[in-house]
Amino acid sequence: MGAAAEPRFHVLAVDDSLVDRKLIERLLKISSYQVTTVDSGSKALEFLGSLVNDDRSSSDALPSVSPSDHQGVDVNLIITDYCMPGMTGYDLLKKVKESSSLRDIPVVIMSSENVPSRITRCLEEGAEEFILKPVRLSDVNKLRPHMMRTKKLKDQEQESQEEPERHGDEIGLPPPPCQHELETQQSQDPQTQQIQQSQQPKSGNNSNKRKAIDVEEGLSPDRTRTRYNGVATF
Amino acid sequence: MEVGQMQRRLVEFTKSLFVEGFLDGQFLQLQQLQDDSNPDFVVEVVSLFFQDSEKLLNDLTSALEQQDVDFKKVDAHVHQLKGSSSSIGAQRVKNACVVFRSFCEEQNLQECMRCLQLVKQEFYLAKNKFETLFTMEQQIVAAGGSIPATEITSF
Repeated sequence: MGAAAEPRFHVLAVDDSLVDRKLIERLLKISSYQVTTVDSGSKALEFLGSLVNDDRSSSDALPSVSPSDHQGVDVNLIITDYCMPGMTGYDLLKKVKESSSLRDIPVVIMSSENVPSRITRCLEEGAEEFILKPVRLSDVNKLRPHMMRTKKLKDQEQESQEEPERHGDEIGLPPPPCQHELETQQSQDPQTQQIQQSQQPKSGNNSNKRKAIDVEEGLSPDRTRTRYNGVATF
Repeated sequence: MEVGQMQRRLVEFTKSLFVEGFLDGQFLQLQQLQDDSNPDFVVEVVSLFFQDSEKLLNDLTSALEQQDVDFKKVDAHVHQLKGSSSSIGAQRVKNACVVFRSFCEEQNLQECMRCLQLVKQEFYLAKNKFETLFTMEQQIVAAGGSIPATEITSF
């Protein structure tokens, strides 16, 4: 599906529910991503820890990791459930964003509950996207732009470090295609529309706060009516 | 029974599951994720759901039988069941869980007990419907037919 010439992105999916892991794994695989699934935030950090050479800045105890286990593994995006026993998705997000070596990995939060304060909190902490469960194919289509962006960052870093002749090769490459925007717009249906709103930039400089407001404004009424009665002034 | 008739019966039965609210649009999403590379995806996920939930229902039952009921724990179990039932599109199970959770919040033991019975009832009803659906599909395949795609526009 639509990923023909692109490099394979690697997604780390975190969910304590077996059924949901199976579902998200399939959703990502059918979209041509490479997928690793784990059932907790600490296992996610353990897996990511193998990508980290040395990061002892965080005072909280990270699970111990053997640094050389997964040499060459790279994660392009983390998608995590919010509500998990022990370390929540929000805790995981914070850990990732606190780590100098992990913070560039985009994090997307999934939750079955449409709690505005929760959405705002996650976006303010640096989550790229807040997806309501159950996750659909149209949601997964929105992940690609985030991975593209970090890939560009990495390419730039590499370019500046690489030798001149190799550099020439890279310049010859066209920029990554942006077909994903078309895909997401085609697949709009009422139930998933609210999340897509957050993706369409309204102005050149969208802060996380602005993004959060967009998410709330765009919420589809039939899915959220009851929950929003009490928080109309939000 | 000839294949054409079996296929028509399957279509009718599937429709009835949507009309009676057993299934919602999420089930169609699951069907979309099934292809030649993964021909048994729907059956696999749904079976996983029933295994997983059976365990959850046992945990729930014993949590509600405690002297001092820990409603937070009960709610956490119901939350899980609600999540996975919504992931496979088992709408009536999910709806029963939503009601259940509101009584967990109120710490209303009597209503929680009633909700447990209701959730169990919906769970076994759903299990029965899914089994019938999958059996019908198997029979069509065994007879050399293909499974007609679910075409329901209003969900």
